[in-house]
Amino acid sequence: MSKFKKKRGAASPQVSTASLPDIIFMLLFFFMVVTVLRDSEQKVTVRTPEASELTKLQQKSLVNHILIGKPKEKFQDQYGTRPRIQLGDSFKNVADIPLFLEKHKVKVPEALRPRIKSSLKVDGDVTMGIVQDVKEMLRKSGQLAINYSARPTQRRR
Amino acid sequence: MARKTSRSRMSNEVNAGSMADIAFLLLIFFLVTTTIDVDKGITVKLPPWSEDEPDITRLKKRNVFSILVNAQNQLLVRGEPMRVADLRENTKEFIANPRKMENLSEAPTKALISLKNDRGTKYSKYIEVYNEITAAYNELWDDLALKMYGVPYSDDLDVAKRKAIRDQIPKVLSEAEPTAFGEEN
Repeated sequence: MSKFKKKRGAASPQVSTASLPDIIFMLLFFFMVVTVLRDSEQKVTVRTPEASELTKLQQKSLVNHILIGKPKEKFQDQYGTRPRIQLGDSFKNVADIPLFLEKHKVKVPEALRPRIKSSLKVDGDVTMGIVQDVKEMLRKSGQLAINYSARPTQRRR
Repeated sequence: MARKTSRSRMSNEVNAGSMADIAFLLLIFFLVTTTIDVDKGITVKLPPWSEDEPDITRLKKRNVFSILVNAQNQLLVRGEPMRVADLRENTKEFIANPRKMENLSEAPTKALISLKNDRGTKYSKYIEVYNEITAAYNELWDDLALKMYGVPYSDDLDVAKRKAIRDQIPKVLSEAEPTAFGEEN
């Protein structure tokens, strides 16, 4: 009996927290790897419409983004309030799309190039005219796989 | 007594307890700054561009489901006004034609959806309509996949099975050059 008592008294009652930093660091590294820091500032207001039949865009490196929407307030005195196209981090015109696509393409390994997709992030209030022009230019540039970016809604069944 | 001294010597190690706090701080910083925004959207394949005039192919009127969206965001489906909410059911009925109606498509393989909008149509309306058409096809594929293989249609299905389904109900959506009556913003 006395033997047991002695043992209990000697063992420290606290759980060792020495491995806690390791666990936290593991989580930290996971998040650091997963994080994709935004490489370009969004200069147009885009509130994508809602839709239910969505597919996920795989592999971010194979996607280029074309944003269409009203310029944000601080750019409005320079660029007006009509919807504009943003490619990369600056305002561009429809005619600049082929070069933009080409610039993105050279960064992608050749074998994966056929799988490049264009993600069109268009504000819901924009009229179809500018979208149509962009679509036409994409077709002319041979970029046929596109994705109309949208927010998910409940799937009505 | 001897044991006590050894314990006090052990506690001379650097206290690693605060390490967790530092790591936590970093972790929370990254958690806050991270935006894991999964890009989602409706995937579309555009037709290739060609300079020459397209061949005029005569299609039977019953096989064409024409949808017009004007600059006031109103729908005209086969000459009749329609609400977007009814579009999905009507599209499904047109493609599948379960009651073998005279005025609906002869077979799903012959059905063609024609979509035409105005340059002044709102993008959100266009996506709404596009979404309904996509939904109609997805539901038809789902039904067929359940009937044939007992599982709903999804990307997890074999390529061969998916192809078999898509051969039976091909998605034929033709987008016409938009009109330019409405005002653009």
